[in-house]
Amino acid sequence: MTEKETELRVSKIENGTVIDHVTAGEALRVLVILGIDGSEGQPVSVGMNVPSDRLGRKDVVKVEGMELSQEEVDVLSLLAPDATINIIRNYEVIEKSRVDRPESVVGVLTCPNTNCITNAGEPVETYFTVTDGGVQCRYCETIIREDITDHIEP
Amino acid sequence: MRHEHVISAKQFTRADIEAVLDRAADFAANQQDVADAHEGALLATAFFEPSTRTKMSFEAAIKRLGGDVIDMGPVEFSSVSKGETLADTLRVIEGYADAIVLRHPMEGSATMATEYVDVPLLNAGDGAGQHPTQTLLDLFTIREEVGLDDLTIGIMGDLKYGRTVHSLAQALTNFDTAQHFISPESLRLPRSVRYDLHEQGAKVREHEDFEAILSELDVLYVTRIQRERFPDEDEYKAVSGQYQLDKEMILEHNEDLTVLHPLPRVDEVAPGIDSLPGAKYFEQAHNGVPVRMALLDMLL
Ligand SMILES: [Zn+2]
Repeated sequence: MTEKETELRVSKIENGTVIDHVTAGEALRVLVILGIDGSEGQPVSVGMNVPSDRLGRKDVVKVEGMELSQEEVDVLSLLAPDATINIIRNYEVIEKSRVDRPESVVGVLTCPNTNCITNAGEPVETYFTVTDGGVQCRYCETIIREDITDHIEP
Repeated sequence: MRHEHVISAKQFTRADIEAVLDRAADFAANQQDVADAHEGALLATAFFEPSTRTKMSFEAAIKRLGGDVIDMGPVEFSSVSKGETLADTLRVIEGYADAIVLRHPMEGSATMATEYVDVPLLNAGDGAGQHPTQTLLDLFTIREEVGLDDLTIGIMGDLKYGRTVHSLAQALTNFDTAQHFISPESLRLPRSVRYDLHEQGAKVREHEDFEAILSELDVLYVTRIQRERFPDEDEYKAVSGQYQLDKEMILEHNEDLTVLHPLPRVDEVAPGIDSLPGAKYFEQAHNGVPVRMALLDMLL
């Protein structure tokens, strides 16, 4: 099955964002990160474990009426480093971009070190520097490599 | 040194370290001659966990420079016990003093503090994180005894939680140093430190047994393995017993070995070693004063 055929499985959207090449199995977490739970009434379609030439299997998320902010793209890049973001207007892809790993992620992740000052009720936002294999807390230097998205602030 | 604060050994370049150590050497040689260098300067000590020695050493340093010290007092009597944040406490103290020395039980506290205070802040230990002034006095002692380049050092004990170890290991990457880390499996270096050392291209080896490599070392830096790192007394005794250095081992394997320890020691460095020429841990402790004088002199 080619990528073209799989495109057809998920309905086209008029205006909004298609996040393609999401790591297989991560689509629901993408929705959580973007704060999309369907309660606002916009059409959302999710394809999971769709065959992909590039990734073997991938997830696809299509959200009507929404364009992502840079901060959202930064977080997205942590769990879907291969993702492509297509901005759709009037059924046409007007912009297509790969996500870029940001240099830092601020106020999004919780430090897993319970003895870190960012977990102490102090007026300080979490700040993680993005490194080759993961992210590192600027305050206590703890490194997160696996399951980074488990540490997204609730 | 261009830094406004002293937070982590990672911030130091080789030139920074050498500048501090050179000045410390001057102070060590002429402590009496600088008595008015910083007359009127006030250093605030904010210790959120007890460390009498580090505090006294800072007090001695500022007083020898002609300044004075004001102390927050024990946490039980401060506003912290009423739930005040560290950020607020330090913003108040900053108005009283020309520099602040902070010791706090949580990692990253000193880094956060620099976001709130403008006066120079010196990290005197943040949880299991960093203790850079200890590192500088360690480096000073190593330089005095054997030199910092072409050095083979063993660092032994609690490498996981020992902040003096983390700071020292990172600072030594500025020099031509081979580092041997000796610890039980459960107390190996944390991943973040290992990562940093790797990034710096450090020459690092890890061991569980130390007797076999004693003969290769110029310096053995011993740290205490703490009871609270183990689930029960028996396991603690079994493990800590394997990391005790005694006089016979040194005489057998390496008579020239320089032995350092951040103190206080329990039984990891046997008292019999004290009389050997390489036992330098008391000098090391004394060196805290000129090194802290040098830092304060450069920051104030
Ligand atoms: Zn942290």
